Amino acid sequence: MHEYSLVEALIRRVEEEARSRRAVAIHGLKVSLGELAGVDPELFQTAFETFRQGTLCERTALEVVHYPARWVCPRCGKTFARGDILRCEPCGAPAQLTPQSDALLLDAIDMEIP
Amino acid sequence: MCTTCGCGDPELVPVELHEKILAGNDRIAAHNREHFREAGVLALNIMGSPGSGKTALLEASARVLGGVRLGAVSADLATDNDAQRLSRAGIPSKAITTGQACHLDAELVHRSLHDFPWRELDVFFIENVGNLVCPAIYDLGQEANVVALSVTEGEDKPLKYPVMFQKADLVLVTKVDLVPHLDFDLPRLEDNLRRVMPDPKVLRVSARTGEGMQAWKAWLEARRAPVVAGRSKEARPHEHAHAHPHEHTHEHAHAHGATTHSHPHAHQHAHAHEHHGAEERHQHGGGDHGHEGSGHDHEH
Ligand SMILES: Nc1nc2c(ncn2[C@@H]2O[C@H](COP(=O)(O)OP(=O)(O)OP(=O)(O)O)[C@@H](O)[C@H]2O)c(=O)[nH]1
Ligand SMILES: [Zn+2]
Ligand SMILES: [Zn+2]
Ligand SMILES: [Zn+2]
Ligand SMILES: [Zn+2]
Repeated sequence: MHEYSLVEALIRRVEEEARSRRAVAIHGLKVSLGELAGVDPELFQTAFETFRQGTLCERTALEVVHYPARWVCPRCGKTFARGDILRCEPCGAPAQLTPQSDALLLDAIDMEIP
Repeated sequence: MCTTCGCGDPELVPVELHEKILAGNDRIAAHNREHFREAGVLALNIMGSPGSGKTALLEASARVLGGVRLGAVSADLATDNDAQRLSRAGIPSKAITTGQACHLDAELVHRSLHDFPWRELDVFFIENVGNLVCPAIYDLGQEANVVALSVTEGEDKPLKYPVMFQKADLVLVTKVDLVPHLDFDLPRLEDNLRRVMPDPKVLRVSARTGEGMQAWKAWLEARRAPVVAGRSKEARPHEHAHAHPHEHTHEHAHAHGATTHSHPHAHQHAHAHEHHGAEERHQHGGGDHGHEGSGHDHEH
């Protein structure tokens, strides 16, 4: 249930950014979530609904962009199907995870700045 | 025109950040790592399900690692049972009471260093909360992640908890003395690990019989060598530089409850660095407001 502490950190960061730019409201938030980020998307949403009460995010729309886990061979670029052994036999190389696969990012904030 | 709240015609400004949500934790973890490396201490994050045998593994390690100075902090929801068990086994240790939290974070680990003689250690074990999910995504400043998976948990765990195993530098298959009583299929476990880890390292151990403990010891020593070498390199005197302890203040931002604050933080570090005067005092970070509770000025 670390989704709650993640959302707490997220809202705190957003409020800090809003204050430094003298925003009066936050209209939207965009978050990137990789399949291997270790975050349950539904719990994340629920935690957001709970935590935003009384914050600048009270009416904010949360957009979550999901990225599937993708493993590729660093030598030949071959991609691995779900459940494959994560090693490229022809190249003798262990697979590498693409950066978005475990993304847990605050991408953008739509702020109302008077 | 804003459709969310009907506020008329606000100036909507899109602010692009592309910032890690755990950036705050990662900063403190980097700071912890700097402490460990500069002191030449191998810090290990020991994770696994509740009851997978993490504490028993450390107790058994004390028996085979004579001459290596071990220490531990142990996350416990409410008690300090694990820390007491470790102390009885001869490992100086301390409980980190996590309350409801399902994982350790870098700030909890940093705070645990305050009145603990971690600098005197060769290996510093951080026994995480028993949980195969949440601890995986929090960097603590460790050199390596060790995941204990007991043979009673089943071979399918890597497929069900890929994030934890993907982060593991070493998987210890624990309680292997029980294998004759179970239908546990070790080759199948290893096959499953290869589907979530590109280059799995696996050792089978038993805290009860001592099986595999020599291989675990060899792994520890191999991981410790670069940490010790890195330290001697860092401390090597340069022509116009010499190692001396100095104080610096830096800010740690961290969260307690719903508020953010940062506080200045005094440390004694022994660094090698260039200087011209006899004494030099560095001030990083401004004086912010203080921190309630126990004083945060510390030497470690
Ligand atoms: N047979 C056998 N039992 C073991 C072994 N290691 C641990 N156990 C037993 O497994 C149980 C749990 O061991 P612990 O060391 O407390 O496990 P833990 O992972 O530290 O547990 P938490 O800290 O509560 O998550 C205890 O009853 C141990 O005696 C082993 O190598 N063989
Ligand atoms: Zn959790
Ligand atoms: Zn390849
Ligand atoms: Zn334990
Ligand atoms: Zn510090």
